[in-house]
Amino acid sequence: MKSIWTITKRELAGYFNSPVAYVFLVIFLLMTAAFTFLIGQFIDRGQANLQAFFMWHPWIYLFLVPAVGMRLWSEERRLGTMELLLTMPITLWQCIIGKFLASWIFLTLALAMTFPIWITVNYLGAPDNSVIIASYIGSFFLAGAYLSITSMTSAFTRNQVISFILSVVICLFLVLCGWPPVTDVVETIAPRSIVEFVAAFSVMPGIEQFNNGQIDSRAVIYFLSVIGFPLFATSVIIRGLRA
Amino acid sequence: MPFFPALHAIEAMIQVENLSKSFGSKRAVDDVSFSVERGEILGFLGPNGAGKSTTMRMITGYLPPTAGVVKVGGHDVTEKPIEAKRLMGYLPESAPLYTDMTVEGFLGFCAEVRGISGADKAKAIDRAIEMCFLKSVRHQSVDTLSKGYRHRTGFAQAVIHDPDILVMDEPTDGLDPNQKHEVRSLIRRMGQSKAIIFSTHILEEVEAACTRAIIIDQGKVVANGTPDELKAKSELANSYLVSINNTAAATVREKLGSVIQAAKVTIVNDKPPTVLARVFPKDAGSDGALGQAIFGVAKQNEWNVNEIRKEEGRLDDIFRDITLSDTQTR
Repeated sequence: MKSIWTITKRELAGYFNSPVAYVFLVIFLLMTAAFTFLIGQFIDRGQANLQAFFMWHPWIYLFLVPAVGMRLWSEERRLGTMELLLTMPITLWQCIIGKFLASWIFLTLALAMTFPIWITVNYLGAPDNSVIIASYIGSFFLAGAYLSITSMTSAFTRNQVISFILSVVICLFLVLCGWPPVTDVVETIAPRSIVEFVAAFSVMPGIEQFNNGQIDSRAVIYFLSVIGFPLFATSVIIRGLRA
Repeated sequence: MPFFPALHAIEAMIQVENLSKSFGSKRAVDDVSFSVERGEILGFLGPNGAGKSTTMRMITGYLPPTAGVVKVGGHDVTEKPIEAKRLMGYLPESAPLYTDMTVEGFLGFCAEVRGISGADKAKAIDRAIEMCFLKSVRHQSVDTLSKGYRHRTGFAQAVIHDPDILVMDEPTDGLDPNQKHEVRSLIRRMGQSKAIIFSTHILEEVEAACTRAIIIDQGKVVANGTPDELKAKSELANSYLVSINNTAAATVREKLGSVIQAAKVTIVNDKPPTVLARVFPKDAGSDGALGQAIFGVAKQNEWNVNEIRKEEGRLDDIFRDITLSDTQTR
């Protein structure tokens, strides 16, 4: 546990030692605000909820989460520090978890900084705060799922850009394969059973449940497995590099 | 109770047995065995691509071996990697570092990963910084360091926990002559109490710092011995170089060839009036007898001798001799 925390601390400090972290936080907050107020019409809706805020998260994260995670392993490979790290008396799993946690904590921090919108909606009306908390939990899991995929793609390559593009593509697939506008079109050419099977991999149904205020154990298990599997794949890729 | 309990402590610090590594169909390391004990400094020599780095990466547990066993302080590196890695300090090739940290921060991280914290951590950092002459860059960011300082930071990282075993891949690569000298004397000093392996392709380094050297070529160990033993293997070892004025080359060859202890005589250079001849001994072990006989011949014929010099054998000759096969045919 202590070794994991040592890795996590180093990675977190790495974010804040460079301007990247601050640039990211500002962009994230600007984008969420722009989508919520300009496109989501938060004010004109006249509804005391944060639907207009949370509905954009799968799309905003699509680019921002890979940007945060793309350096996790590719940078280690590029600098050659992976050799240093993996000859220290720690296990590969401790490294993978430690790095993943650092990025997840950073994203959670970014998410937490959106609290003014929550204060705003409470000032303007009387929203169901349990729904908002559930939505925040859903958003937290969603960031973890995207991030875990980015951890996997960053282990593939020493090039951060490739890592970024690969993870955007995979995350985009996980969004679109269960997004009604897409599935409706695909259903006209493919059998319904196949479409439903593929749609079961999507993050969208789970996110919608969270956004409706339900914390369903199936959705939680879904997200935990979407986090767990790519982390496992990360370990397989890194072991494969050395074989 | 074992009769000689002390015998158990004599186990080698690093034990490499029949180690092999293949990358696809290419055999990078082929059945390599050797051991290093405390107090030994082993120089690992070989041309580029001979398998030096691969061997070191297997010893430090970065690469899993295809076959064979590495034991570090009695722990099998594959089966008990954490215990084995705890005993080792490792400086990978070209000393990779986290460029977004300060020297002090980086060393602190390395200490913490190795389980050193609190006051011990501060002490370990101070010791490593002093040992590697890093005081002036202590608070500087790693990516602003010059190559020499980076290398020394990598070195400091390897000794931060005062390990019993040090593995270094080309520790003096890219350093200026003064820094090379510094690093070598550092290695010599630490070698008194540790087991050290370092790779290099600078032969003078082996003579300057090693108690033993291994030459590796195309994945195989082709020579293993003290630097003096290796030098003695050289063809030139114990031969004599004779420089004579105002005598015909043919006469020199004939007269010196008649010496009983001489195997053959070659004329190295014949630029009148000077003839330069090399006399090879029949028995490389015979000490001095050949030299005396050459003196005798010169005196007898009243030659005008400029110089008679005994050759000790050169490490780069033996190195070239046994590792040439992949660059050209002999």
